[in-house]
Amino acid sequence: MNEVDDPPTTVDPTPVRDPVVDGPPGSSQRVIPLRRPGRWIATVVVLVVVAQIGHGLATNRFFQWNRFGYWFTRPVIVDGLTVTLKVAAWSALFGLLGGVVLALARLSKSPVLTAVSWTYIWLFRSIPLIVLLLFLYNFGALYKTISLGVPFGPTFAHFDESRLASDMVIAIVGLSLNEAAYAAEVVRAGILSVDQGQHEAAAALGLPRVYQLRRVVLPQALRAIIPGYVNQLIGLIKSTSLVYYVSLLDLFGSVETLGSTYPSDIVPLLVVATVWYLILTSAVSIVQFYVERYYARGAVRTLPPTPLQRLRSGLAGVRARYRLEVDR
Amino acid sequence: MTTPARAAAVRIHNAHKAYGVHRVLNGIDLTVPPGHVAAILGPSGSGKSTLLRAINHLEKLDVGYVSINDEPIGVRRHGERLKELSGRVILRQRRQVGFVFQSFNLFPNLSVLDNVAAGPIATGRHRKPQAHTLAYGLLERVGLADKARAYPRQLSGGQQQRVAIARALALEPGVILFDEPTSALDPELVGEVLSVIKDLAATGTTMIVVTHEIGFAREVADLAVFLDDGRILEQGPPTQVLDRPSHPRTREFLSKVL
Repeated sequence: MNEVDDPPTTVDPTPVRDPVVDGPPGSSQRVIPLRRPGRWIATVVVLVVVAQIGHGLATNRFFQWNRFGYWFTRPVIVDGLTVTLKVAAWSALFGLLGGVVLALARLSKSPVLTAVSWTYIWLFRSIPLIVLLLFLYNFGALYKTISLGVPFGPTFAHFDESRLASDMVIAIVGLSLNEAAYAAEVVRAGILSVDQGQHEAAAALGLPRVYQLRRVVLPQALRAIIPGYVNQLIGLIKSTSLVYYVSLLDLFGSVETLGSTYPSDIVPLLVVATVWYLILTSAVSIVQFYVERYYARGAVRTLPPTPLQRLRSGLAGVRARYRLEVDR
Repeated sequence: MTTPARAAAVRIHNAHKAYGVHRVLNGIDLTVPPGHVAAILGPSGSGKSTLLRAINHLEKLDVGYVSINDEPIGVRRHGERLKELSGRVILRQRRQVGFVFQSFNLFPNLSVLDNVAAGPIATGRHRKPQAHTLAYGLLERVGLADKARAYPRQLSGGQQQRVAIARALALEPGVILFDEPTSALDPELVGEVLSVIKDLAATGTTMIVVTHEIGFAREVADLAVFLDDGRILEQGPPTQVLDRPSHPRTREFLSKVL
């Protein structure tokens, strides 16, 4: 605080000073932040607990980290991971498309579309995913062939169900049907969050309906849709573990079968699955950050910094402070 | 700069509108000749905004209709009756009417330039490069060419409203409707928006302005219309309606706002 010793400035337009309000002449009236001892104690406690957990993870023989290393990138695990990724990606795509269609139907002025959409969402949110998957798995027994045509009228084409639906297709269909019901509500919430004035402005300009949706409503709705949908997507990635029950060897399925062959490795195998699911979730979260940032354009005056930019400015701050110390 | 290809004539025929039991418009007849500026005044709840929104069919009338250059908007005559038109036709009809909202309603996800160019591009009137040239010209006209790349939320209220006016002009409408264009603005920003509207009036565009700015109405309008309880109490040149009102209700209102 070397400013305290500075002589009073001559440019000061108010020669009469109140020593209580103004402080000593020349001092900057800097506010000293409140001390928070409770926060420091809590931080120390949390750090100790975290260190203990880390220690336990590293040293507990139960986890058999050498076996984890052995299994982590085995081809059989990678094959399972590929199945998980395929099922999750296709279901996410079809689920979202279905969700958008259902949400638009639900918001339409047609009572029939609204009712059908409502019923679909009600039905598929009520059926447990595992029940739905097993039901589809046994679908072949219920309907031997599938025909395309007018109900009670002519038939255009028919398929043998057992050849049409591989286990992979059954899994994707089941997950997509379920996902669409949830995605519909997320999308609907997003569309409802767009200000009525935006619809009116687009209508007043006479913009075609499709253009209104594509350029005005959906981009603004996406800001509200993304966090909800990513939540949904992460749930979906984990739900793919259920496809094991329709005889598909996904990541969890591979781990489970390997576990029965190598019973002593069951814990490291479960850790392998856990770490892979963690990686998938993290990848989705990183993508979410940048997509959200992209759609924040216009909604905020300045975009929030990316973690990399924050790191860089943080380092610059530390360096500047260091240089200041050195100069003294 | 671009003067409107043809200023439009606006006629309102026997307009009635009710929200449930609350009657907002009670039989309004009004004619605004091409190139005229009409100022609609009246206490809040008198039906000013509803009337303005009915002109480009943002509100549907229960009885009566609006015509622009003798073309009914949102409806077609079917013998003695009026039938509602399809959404697509109504959207096309609205392109001859510009609308400026009280709360601007710019598209926050689009840049200022894209806001102005959206109309001509979406309706297929211009390709992107021509639409951008047109938009730049209009932004220059409202004094905001340097903000073309900014996003609406980065602008002040007055600047946003000037962009909204440029956006309304982009489709070269025959008539422009203003719904209390300065009511959401800080007092020191009102002037810049009014001066843009004044310049526009000088180009001979037909304009209908709902406003509380009595001085502005007196200076710019050819026709002052005083609305109360969904009816036109009096209309005529501003010098008559604003300075020598014949109806006691008008006198009472003017004494309050002046």
